[in-house]
Amino acid sequence: MEWTRYIDPLLQGCWVTIELTVYSTILGALLAFGAGMGKLSHNPLIKALSVTYIEVFRGTSLLVQLFWLYFALPLLGELIGLDLRFHPVSVGVLALGLNIGAYGAEVVRGAVQAVPRTQYEAAKALNFTRTQTLWRIALPQALPEMMPPFGNLAVQNLKDTALVSLISLGDLAFRAEQLRNLTQDSTTIYTMVLFMYFGMALVLAALMGLLERHVGRWRHRRR
Amino acid sequence: MLFGIEWDTSTSWAFAWSILPILLRGMVVTIQASLLGFFVALGLGLLLASLKGVPLKIIAWPAAFITEFLRDTPLLIQLFFLYYVLPDYGIVLPAFLTGALALGVQYSAYTAEVYRAGIQAVPRGQKEAARALNLSERLAFIHVILPQAVVRIVPAMGNYLVSIMKDVPVLSVVTVLEMLNVAKIIGDRTFNYLIPLTMVGALYLLLTLIASWGVRVLDTRLPKRGIPLK
Repeated sequence: MEWTRYIDPLLQGCWVTIELTVYSTILGALLAFGAGMGKLSHNPLIKALSVTYIEVFRGTSLLVQLFWLYFALPLLGELIGLDLRFHPVSVGVLALGLNIGAYGAEVVRGAVQAVPRTQYEAAKALNFTRTQTLWRIALPQALPEMMPPFGNLAVQNLKDTALVSLISLGDLAFRAEQLRNLTQDSTTIYTMVLFMYFGMALVLAALMGLLERHVGRWRHRRR
Repeated sequence: MLFGIEWDTSTSWAFAWSILPILLRGMVVTIQASLLGFFVALGLGLLLASLKGVPLKIIAWPAAFITEFLRDTPLLIQLFFLYYVLPDYGIVLPAFLTGALALGVQYSAYTAEVYRAGIQAVPRGQKEAARALNLSERLAFIHVILPQAVVRIVPAMGNYLVSIMKDVPVLSVVTVLEMLNVAKIIGDRTFNYLIPLTMVGALYLLLTLIASWGVRVLDTRLPKRGIPLK
């Protein structure tokens, strides 16, 4: 059978795709919390910085961001006398993380804002500090609300990793293109690749579902 | 030189000014591709949503599977699939049409969900009341459900149009000369990527800000109670 010969190189590509997804999703989650909370901050500087970040990365295309970081940033570095040439893996993770983080920030902001006002008032009445209110009252209630959209964003991010093949990173999409150049057997290869991405997305969605239940477990305990 | 327009590399500002018309040519292609892709997505999504709603499991189940499959696979791979596989079966389309088709296919999974959610968001009581007033199932749908669903569907679709715009640069891989591809070519030929790519970013920001503003205005202008279809 022809197609069995494609499995090995494609699985190697899958592994790179998985690594990229994991790293950039973690980076994205950190940025999402940072910028999401930053947008709610009372400090005008932090707020302006967060809003700018969110608008720029949500308002432009991921591929533009990726190309900018890969082709333009090193030139900017030259101009200001810094070496800003990074390895394609770093550029890929950075672009994906920055992009998904901006979308995630809006989710974080929405979920934190959706916590009823009375919860904050009650916390204040009970003499909680601002930090305590955030960590013990707001986030435990906001986090379960964030999880379903985060699950969608994680799958979105997995799909977006395919674009890093365009800066010559050896992910699944890149391996597929290589194999196609070698064998011209596009139907078999791309069908296999589509199902591999589909499989990875289903696994990722299931994992995010587990995480969702874990984060919201206190709700079930209460009943 | 691109599209018969020369660039001036004497100073950075002159360079930026001279490539602006070239980038705007690319932007026209970007907008054309988004609109075409959007209309394909609207049609295909309606088809998928209708098939998913068929009571017959043998039709509804595959439609649901296809929707999920399209949603969970990358646009880039769907594009390559269409670009390389269709010609094997004798369907040869220009790159631009293949690209717009790929955008439409990918986003049909999302628009299908918008149709379904928009119709489901109409309170049950509306349908019950219409039925109680002796309207047939079909008339109740056309005159009661749909007018109220439309006001929910239109703004959501607008948001997807903005998303489609941001996905058009992916079409550059099959040689479509949209904005990013144009900037990349200018960069390849002048060894200056910083200015064209930064300009593309800024133009994108402008484009999506205007589009999102349009969607917001549309959303506030639409009568919340629904639009009569007659």
